[in-house]
Amino acid sequence: MYAQMVKSEGMKSLEEMSPEERAFQERVDRGEKIEPKEWMPEGYRKTLIRQIGQHAHSEIVGQLPEGNWITRAPTLERKAILLAKVQDEAGHGLYLYSAAETLGVSRDELFEKLHSGAMKYSSIFNYPTLTWADMGAVGWLVDGAAIMNQVPLQRTSYGPYSRAMIRICKEESFHQRQGYAIMMKMAQGTPEQKEMAQDALNRFWYPSLMMFGPSDKDSVHSAQSMAWKIKMNTNDELRQKFVDETVPQAEYLGLTVPDETLTWNEARGHYDFAEPDWAEFFEVIKGNGPCNEERLGARRKAWDKGAWFRDGLTAYAEKAAARRAASNVAAE
Amino acid sequence: MPSLPNAATPDVARLAERAAAAQSHDPHVADVALKPAFFDWLCRMGDNSLILGHRISEWCGHGPVLEEDIALANTALDLIGHTQMWLGLAAEVEDAGRSADELAFLRDAMKFRNLKLVELPNGDMAVTLMREFLFDAFHFELLTALTKSSSPRVAEIAAKALKEVSYHLERSSDLVVRLGDGTEESHNRMQAALNKVWGYTGEMFAADAVDEAVAEAGIAPALADLLPLWQRTVGEVLDEATLSQPEQRFDAQTGGKQGRHTEHLGYIVAEMQFLQRAYPGASW
Ligand SMILES: [Fe+2]
Ligand SMILES: [Fe+2]
Ligand SMILES: [Fe+2]
Repeated sequence: MYAQMVKSEGMKSLEEMSPEERAFQERVDRGEKIEPKEWMPEGYRKTLIRQIGQHAHSEIVGQLPEGNWITRAPTLERKAILLAKVQDEAGHGLYLYSAAETLGVSRDELFEKLHSGAMKYSSIFNYPTLTWADMGAVGWLVDGAAIMNQVPLQRTSYGPYSRAMIRICKEESFHQRQGYAIMMKMAQGTPEQKEMAQDALNRFWYPSLMMFGPSDKDSVHSAQSMAWKIKMNTNDELRQKFVDETVPQAEYLGLTVPDETLTWNEARGHYDFAEPDWAEFFEVIKGNGPCNEERLGARRKAWDKGAWFRDGLTAYAEKAAARRAASNVAAE
Repeated sequence: MPSLPNAATPDVARLAERAAAAQSHDPHVADVALKPAFFDWLCRMGDNSLILGHRISEWCGHGPVLEEDIALANTALDLIGHTQMWLGLAAEVEDAGRSADELAFLRDAMKFRNLKLVELPNGDMAVTLMREFLFDAFHFELLTALTKSSSPRVAEIAAKALKEVSYHLERSSDLVVRLGDGTEESHNRMQAALNKVWGYTGEMFAADAVDEAVAEAGIAPALADLLPLWQRTVGEVLDEATLSQPEQRFDAQTGGKQGRHTEHLGYIVAEMQFLQRAYPGASW
C-alpha cells in the first residue's frame, strides 16, 4: 500500500502489559480515538510515525509520475483535471505530514529520512508513465488500490490520522473515477488508443497488486498493528478485494487482465489470481526499480535547489518579527 | 455493470447548450467588421493564460516547499481554466468550426498571440516568481478594467478570472517582498531575475491595431491607461522588497502578440500538442 511493510514493535498479551498499556489497549478495543496529547505506548507512536510518514512521502513522490504528463495532456479539460489531481496529492502530503507532526516529528526530519533513503515511499511510484493511457491506469488502479486500504483506515485508532484519511478518501475516489473515465475513452477509441490502454493495464496490473505488500499471514508486526488498529485488514484480504472489484471493471472496458490463471472461484466467491513477482518487488523496494533514481533524485533536487527559497522566507520572517518587536518597544 | 463505470462522460452537448442559453446576448460576438481584431485579441488573452499556465505547471512536484507545490499547481489550474473561457469565446467569434482545444492544440507557434514574457523558461523560482508577479500586476489591472467591458461575455469571463488573479497577485507580490528582503542570496536572485525579465514587460503596454480596435469598440481598455497603475504596484512592491528597478528599457523585447516569438515557444508547442498531432482526430 502507500505504507508497505511498516515494521511495528513486538506484540504483548494483555497480561504482559503494564497497567497503562492495558488501559490504552482497552480504549482502542472500545473504538475510542487516541489524541496527540494522550499517553500512548512508544511502539505505537514509532509505528505510526513510520506508517504516516511513508504514506505522506508516497503522496508527494506520487506527484511525479502524473506530473510527467501535465504538459502533454491532450485537451484543456484533461490538463485541468490532471493538474487538480496532482495538486490534491500534494495536499494529501500536507495533511499527512501534519498528522505525523502531532506525534512529535517535524516535516523536515521526515524529508531528511526520505532523501537519505532511511524512509520509503510506495513501490508503485517507481514505475514509469509511458503513454497518456497511464494517466488512466494510474487513477483507476493506483488510486483504486489506495482507496481499498484507506477507506478502512478512516476508522483507525489515531485521531489525526483518521481525520486525514476521511478528507483524503473523498478526493481519492474522485481520482479513481477520473482515471477510469480516461481508460474508457482510450478503450473505446482508435485502435492505437486501445493498444495504449491495454499496454497500460499490462504494465500496471502487477505493480498495483504489489501495493498491498507481501502476504502478511505470518507477520508479528502486522498482528500488533492490527491490535492497535493502525492496520485494519491483512494485505491478502485487501489484495483479494481489489482483484474482485477490478476484474469486472476491466471486462467492462473490454481489456484483458494480464493473468492467464485468473478465474472466478465459485466455492470461495472470489477470483483466483496469480501473485506478482515478489523478487521484483523487493528489488524495487531496495532501490532498483525502473524509476527509483529519477523519483528520489527529483525530490532531492527540488529540496536542495529550494534551500535558498526556504532560507529567504525564514530570514524575512525573523526580520519582520524583530521590526515588530522594535516598534513595540518604541511605542511604549 | 461493475460499481465504477457511471463515471462515463456526462452529456456534453446538452450541458454546452444549457450553458450557451444561460449566456448573455453579446452583439460584438457576431460583429463581422470587428471579428479579425476581436478574435486576435481573445487569442492573446487565452494564449497568455495557456502559456504561463504551461510554464508554471512544469514545476509540479518540483517546488522548493510543499505549500509552494500546491500553490503553483493551483495557479496553473486557474490559468488553464481561464484559457478554456477565452479560447472558447475566441472560437465562437471566429465561427469557423474550430473549438478551444483546436485553437490550443492545432495552431503552430507563429499563430500564438501570447506575450514573450510568459513563454520565458522558468529558470529558478526567482525568475518564475518575478515573471509571474510582473504579469499578475498587469493581468489584475487588465481584468479589473475588462469587468466593465462593452462586451458582456468578456466582462463575465473577466469577473470570474479576476477573483483568482487577485489572489495570484497577492501571493506573488508577497513572495517578491519576502524573498527580496530575505537573505543576501535570495535578494541577489530576485534582483537578477528582475533584470532578466524586465525588458519583456513593455510588450504588455505596446498597443497595436488590434488593441486599438478592441479599445475603440469599448471591449478592452487602452493599454496606455493601465501603465501608470502597473508602475505604481510594481514600484511599491519592489521598494518594499528592497529591489531596484532596472535602468534598461522595459520594452526591448516585443513581437509575441503579433506571433513573432522567442525560440522557446516552439518547444512548448511541440510538447503540448504532441498527442493531438500524433493521433489526429482521436478523442480523449
Ligand atoms: Fe493521494
Ligand atoms: Fe489520488
Ligand atoms: Fe483556484
